[in-house]
Amino acid sequence: MNWTWFHRLGSPPHFFRIAGKMVPWLAWLAAIAGAAGLVGALGTAPPDYQQGEGYRIIFVHVPSAVLSTLAYAVMAAAAAVGLVWRMNVAHAIAASSAAVGAWFTFVALATGSLWGRPMWGTYWEWDPRLTSELVLLFLYLGYMGLRSAIDDTARADRASAVLALVGVINLPIIHYSVDWWNSLHQGHTLLKFGKASMPPSMLVPLLLMMLAFMLYFAAVLLVRARGEVLRRERNARWVIEAIGAR
Amino acid sequence: MSAADTRRVSSGRAGWLLVQRDLRLGLRRPGDWLQPLLFFLVVTTLFPLATDPQLSRLRDIAPGALWVAALLSSLLALELLFRDDGQDGSLEQLAVSGLPLSWLLLAKTCVHWLLTGLPLVLVAPIVATALGAPYAAIPGILAALLLGSVALSLIGAIGAGLTLGLRRGGVLLALLVLPLAVPVLIFGARATALAIALEPMAAPMYLLGALAVLSATLAPFAAAAAVRISLE
Repeated sequence: MNWTWFHRLGSPPHFFRIAGKMVPWLAWLAAIAGAAGLVGALGTAPPDYQQGEGYRIIFVHVPSAVLSTLAYAVMAAAAAVGLVWRMNVAHAIAASSAAVGAWFTFVALATGSLWGRPMWGTYWEWDPRLTSELVLLFLYLGYMGLRSAIDDTARADRASAVLALVGVINLPIIHYSVDWWNSLHQGHTLLKFGKASMPPSMLVPLLLMMLAFMLYFAAVLLVRARGEVLRRERNARWVIEAIGAR
Repeated sequence: MSAADTRRVSSGRAGWLLVQRDLRLGLRRPGDWLQPLLFFLVVTTLFPLATDPQLSRLRDIAPGALWVAALLSSLLALELLFRDDGQDGSLEQLAVSGLPLSWLLLAKTCVHWLLTGLPLVLVAPIVATALGAPYAAIPGILAALLLGSVALSLIGAIGAGLTLGLRRGGVLLALLVLPLAVPVLIFGARATALAIALEPMAAPMYLLGALAVLSATLAPFAAAAAVRISLE
């Protein structure tokens, strides 16, 4: 297998160019999928027979929750690549993914708590999935805290990469221990094998919203990573040429 | 000792020598490891003062109080783990010794547990009794704290390695380690609650044991990677 594309991505100018070309595509696709998903979510999907109109928050809540873990996985994978191949671009991606992931986690928590008010009658319930989401937020904040506490970029990259990998091993353990500890959250709806327990008129908008969130994440991640690469390479000749400074 | 002699020391012997050295250094400075212990006692004393001092009520919060206090006290003690050796360069010598650093750090962590974890386990029966736990629950509480404190020391070693030499290390250490300690806290407190209720506590104890074994297997490698990065 030819790995030159992988090594070329490790070169900051090349990554900066490729990412710059991909961002508009991803952003537009995210906008289209999001618009279609919202039409389905707020318009054509019928009200739930138990939860009425209130359930519609899942079209934001579930994608954010999925993205909050996906962003952590991206962060950890990029951190591992950066640690093994000492690839600066991968570290830049890991650093950019943390803040976006933390924000998705916050959105998932906030929408979950707003949804909890009409459904459970309380804004916050010590429900396992809300709680493990909260712990995930703390993991993100710890990662960002460690990164900002170390002045030397190379050391910050490698130390936070170790933390991200430790966190990735711990996340399932935290998830299942919290599950075991207390359970109230409704069971999995999407990941049931066989028949999904949701009619297509709800499922299709939900999947569209998820796709839109993923594309949005990719676009924002690349924008942030480009900025991060520029910051790291600020003294390099190609940066001065690329941004057209003197 | 010349360089040629050093090379002949086996990893096992080096680990044992390190255990002896750290134990001797630790025992000469009792203040260092007595402070986390005192902290544990003070925090557990605060719980009855802040809540209802009736023993029947205290019994309900005893597991939580014990484990939160144990967690905070182990966190406080973590700064001792690599601080002195990091400052005087001994840690650097261990890293360049050519011996597996993960193994040496495991030895250091063992001593750290002996000095800060074990005393806490030993005073726990007194604290638990004061919080209303029946005498029959004491063996169970001891066993749960024994396993849990081992896991906490090992997980903490990663955080201590990552924050080695940082200015605001203490608070950051708490932010890094506490989320990772959540499973230990959950199973430990659950086991303790079952012990106090005099019910079978095998399920959380197995999981606590699994956590201790898992962290003993993986944490030294992560801690070694963290220490190497911090020493660069």
